[in-house]
Amino acid sequence: MGKLVTRDLRLFYGDLEALHGISMRVEERRITALIGPSGCGKSTFLRCFNRMNDTIPGTRVTGDVLLDGQNVYAPDVDVVELRRRVGMVFQRPNPFPQSIYDNVAFGPRVLGLARASALLDELVEQSLRAAALWDEVKDKLRSPALDISAGEQQRLCIARVLAGKPEVILMDEPCSALDPVATLRIEDLMRELRQDYTIVIVTHNMQQAARVSDYTGFFWLGELVEYDQTGKLFTRPAQQLTEDYITGRMG
Amino acid sequence: MAKAREVFDRSLTDLRANIMTLGSMVEDAIKLALRALKEQDPEVARQVIAGDEQINARRYEVEEQCLRLIATQQPAAGDLRAIIAAIHIVTELERIGDYASGIAELAIRLSGQPLLKPLIDLPRMAQIDEEMVCASLEAYLSHDPDLALETAKRDAEIDQLEDQVYRELLTYMMGDPTTITRATYLLWVAHKLERIADRVTNICERVIFMSTGVMRELNF
Repeated sequence: MGKLVTRDLRLFYGDLEALHGISMRVEERRITALIGPSGCGKSTFLRCFNRMNDTIPGTRVTGDVLLDGQNVYAPDVDVVELRRRVGMVFQRPNPFPQSIYDNVAFGPRVLGLARASALLDELVEQSLRAAALWDEVKDKLRSPALDISAGEQQRLCIARVLAGKPEVILMDEPCSALDPVATLRIEDLMRELRQDYTIVIVTHNMQQAARVSDYTGFFWLGELVEYDQTGKLFTRPAQQLTEDYITGRMG
Repeated sequence: MAKAREVFDRSLTDLRANIMTLGSMVEDAIKLALRALKEQDPEVARQVIAGDEQINARRYEVEEQCLRLIATQQPAAGDLRAIIAAIHIVTELERIGDYASGIAELAIRLSGQPLLKPLIDLPRMAQIDEEMVCASLEAYLSHDPDLALETAKRDAEIDQLEDQVYRELLTYMMGDPTTITRATYLLWVAHKLERIADRVTNICERVIFMSTGVMRELNF
């Protein structure tokens, strides 16, 4: 039935309709990439999955966003809990100005996931291992998170999300501030995480979408133009608009 | 907008031009090989054989061009299909060149002996082959799947002619066993001409895939 489903999802900034009725299904434990030119609505769409748009004044949403069949916009939904289940990684690594350890421990502490310190240590280690960062930082867990490289910081942010035991990880251009090697490490990590998590990634880098994702959705002016298996979309797109975009004939 | 693709588009145009050049080299090779056979001219035959090296070299050149484009431009969708089609098409053209060269070798073997009969069907087959090569490349150039399909259908004419040649040569061999060697060589020529049409059919399949994204085997 799909881990995440949207039905006729519309989003308004004031009077401006930015998403024009998107219906889409995100498969569980798969990587879904959203591509399209700047301003096409892909990030806005991504941010509907954990209601990050709520923080922008004047936004209004109609239609449904279902997580495991439950509408995330229902009035009784606990948004903090929603964002734990649907975690997010941003364009620029944004670790807190604290130690590496405290960054990862932050969520569990707030959520009360691991009260005993031994349990917390274990959760931090587990999360750092899952984010493929443990070996690099295990001897400096108490060092400031801002001292490690940008690629490591981004993996730290992923570890921080993982520590909240999420089901879905949203990634908004997670590699745009990273060099190619750090980018490939994140992509490898995504493939690892795919076994346990559902991942939705917004990327400007089409090769990245082609490399890493199972499904790709192409957005254009607030519409979902085409959504298909990545292999098909990049070799035999059904829509001329998609073809023009992925072959660089526009944008 | 088009600016972004200027370099890439120019390279694709280059690639198409190179394939068309290779195509006309191959057409010429077929024509000359048949002339060598018909006029029993070993000199012309040797030209065809020597020319085959240039065909091979050109084929590798195009292939390298394709690899470079894939490595540097990360082509997708229609561009990717066109480049993959180009790699297959030049491989087929190169093999057609080999058949022409093989016919030239048979022409050399036959050149010391009187012609078994005036050649009629073999030049006709060669003529159709040339037209097919030309039309398939036109279909490639203009992304025309209908033309590709029509072209591939002509393979049936070639098959029929080969059969006709076979039956005719058989009567010569049965009537006079001293003709067997010469008749066999001519049969081989007919077979090579038939294989050329099969290769063109493969080119047509690639053109259809390139233009429509659908891979289908053509069998006429």
